[in-house]
Amino acid sequence: MGTGVKHLLDFQGWSVEALQGILDTADVMKEVLERPVKKVPALQGITVCTAFFENSTRTRTSFELAARRMSADVLTFAAGASSLSKGESLRDTIETLNAYKVDAFIVRHHASGAAHQVAKFSGKSTINAGDGRRAHPTQALLDAYTMLKEFGRIEGLKVTIVGDILHSRVARSNAELLDLLGADVTLCGPATLLPKELAKGRVKVTTDLQAAVKDADVVMSLRLQQERMNGGFLPSMSEYALTYQVNEKLLERAKDHAIVLHPGPMNRDLEISGSLADSARSRIIAQVEYGQAIRMSVLYHLLVGKK
Amino acid sequence: MLEIKNIKRAGSDTLESLFIEEGKIKGWNLSETATDTIDGKGATVAPALIELHAHLREPGQEQKEDLASGLAAAAAGGYGTVVSMPNTSPVVDDPAIVASLIQKAEKLGFARLKPSAALTRGQKGETLADLSALKDAGAVMFTDDGRTNENANVLRRGMEYASGLGLLVSVHAEDATLRQDGVMNEGVVSHELGLPGNPAAAEAARVARDVEIALLTGARLHIQHLSTGRALEIVRQGKKAGAPVTCEVCPHHLTLTDEALRSFDALYKVAPPLRTQTDAELLLAGLLDGTVDCLATDHAPHTQAEKEKDLLEAPFGIPSIEVAFPLMYTHLVKTGKLSLEKLLDLFTAGCAKVMAWEVPTLEEGAVADVVLLDLDNAKAVDPKAFKSKAKFSPWAGEELYGWPVLTLVAGKVAFQG
Repeated sequence: MGTGVKHLLDFQGWSVEALQGILDTADVMKEVLERPVKKVPALQGITVCTAFFENSTRTRTSFELAARRMSADVLTFAAGASSLSKGESLRDTIETLNAYKVDAFIVRHHASGAAHQVAKFSGKSTINAGDGRRAHPTQALLDAYTMLKEFGRIEGLKVTIVGDILHSRVARSNAELLDLLGADVTLCGPATLLPKELAKGRVKVTTDLQAAVKDADVVMSLRLQQERMNGGFLPSMSEYALTYQVNEKLLERAKDHAIVLHPGPMNRDLEISGSLADSARSRIIAQVEYGQAIRMSVLYHLLVGKK
Repeated sequence: MLEIKNIKRAGSDTLESLFIEEGKIKGWNLSETATDTIDGKGATVAPALIELHAHLREPGQEQKEDLASGLAAAAAGGYGTVVSMPNTSPVVDDPAIVASLIQKAEKLGFARLKPSAALTRGQKGETLADLSALKDAGAVMFTDDGRTNENANVLRRGMEYASGLGLLVSVHAEDATLRQDGVMNEGVVSHELGLPGNPAAAEAARVARDVEIALLTGARLHIQHLSTGRALEIVRQGKKAGAPVTCEVCPHHLTLTDEALRSFDALYKVAPPLRTQTDAELLLAGLLDGTVDCLATDHAPHTQAEKEKDLLEAPFGIPSIEVAFPLMYTHLVKTGKLSLEKLLDLFTAGCAKVMAWEVPTLEEGAVADVVLLDLDNAKAVDPKAFKSKAKFSPWAGEELYGWPVLTLVAGKVAFQG
């Protein structure tokens, strides 16, 4: 297969061509998902382990279904019910799972870098399904794919990501990927949640939401984590909603064809107005649908022919 | 009487002989016949190094390190004297613990142990420990190292009280409310990696407060492991203003930066964190201009399993007591940034002056704490061969010069390589 890369931990070391390959193959996978029998034998004989050390229903379900639809065997590991609560280390857990002859790990963890450690400890192909604040590469790929389906291109698109940038792996991965693919990315949020150090390449950061959304092709709202309130990052939820909510009025500043994305789960009427989320501009459900095609494509590129 | 022959004094190429009798230096190049002879094979001789900041983990965390492994590691690193930190389990805030540590260490025959004790009970920063009784038991310094003395008034009273006993207080100067849950330097790298950052200002702000307390009280204050150029500048200004402040810098802050965290390896997780290249350069400038009084390792051993945890959970600390001198010699002296004499001063006399101890020499009558250093041959860092229980190192595999080949403590062999 064409990526030449063993892991998808973030986009470091990935070429534009390899990433394009994943986006292209997602078209094929999307077609598979539209068939009456949504299953292909591409990963027959391959065992994929979803090692989720942090709660996630959507991402885990999406990955597991993607793997099963390609005929892989899936070993599901959820940390809550595991020996981790008995004090076992990440390394021991991974080595134990590895002993079941797993071919690839799909990892979700609360600590940035944990997916890198799993790749190191297991020696197996590892896909990062979200680590701490660091990276969520398949989310970024499905977001890029959603833009590609909408506009037929990524290059030159103006993408504005709004919300808690500081704690967001989705923002980091999107900024990294979209910059590589030639989009102009603006990260926007209150100053307490916006590291100015993330400005790099075509990626800009600003606290001025009105300016950030002007002429945007894509506006992505991020989930505001309620627990951030305890960290003193924000005066109040209502203050946040007043200043940084993505809603219809704000979208008037964007291009007429602008679409709205959200990685979910949403806090309706907090970071995004419920009516906008349900409007014709919203591609939030399409993101979920495309997510499965993207994850099938990633598994295909990383695992087929690698055994 | 012991003769160590074929050794060179720092800065000289002449091969000489040093004579030692009853734990003291007897003299140089004597015509007397020794009962024992050690061939130094051209090594450079210096007073044994002094460590003001080592975590030996006993009592309570012997799985990480104990007195035997830690003091053997210190001797292998060329150290004759080690000041241990009190953040053990239980905390060293009881005179009986101080006495028992000293008693045990004396029997071991490795480096000499000089325990520090907690400034406050349980290192909680609330009530002063029994400082006088702790001193009587043998404690040489008071510190809540590992904790950050959030209550300025408790620190003030502690410094005043310790000053009355003739001892100093050392501090881990970091504002915990600014540090928050930071696991690495706050900056470009932490934001890119999505790891919680600890801003340089957390150190500078606290150093500024503590320098003011030193000016207020006139009591001696030692600031541990400075990691930022900004905090160092505040110390520089404080010294100019007459504050009785001293400070130390650690080898890892001079040789590593936050870029190392891109590996996501918790081996590089240390408190205070690895900072930027600019900080490392400013710290080096502080060594050169005398703002930095001494080098200390902050030797912080942990188990391998603990260091293999994720970056949020893994403990802070780098074990470094066995490589500190070769590391500094190779990085600073071999590269021409610092003279050998200055480096030795930072590892010996500088430390003694901080503690108001007699400055070590190799002159007749001095205590025979001696180290021989092989400055000519490189050897790779091999953590598996460490005497420390922590058999991992950020410098594993790196070829270094300046390895200790012999350490004598009071004339007795504590380490022979």
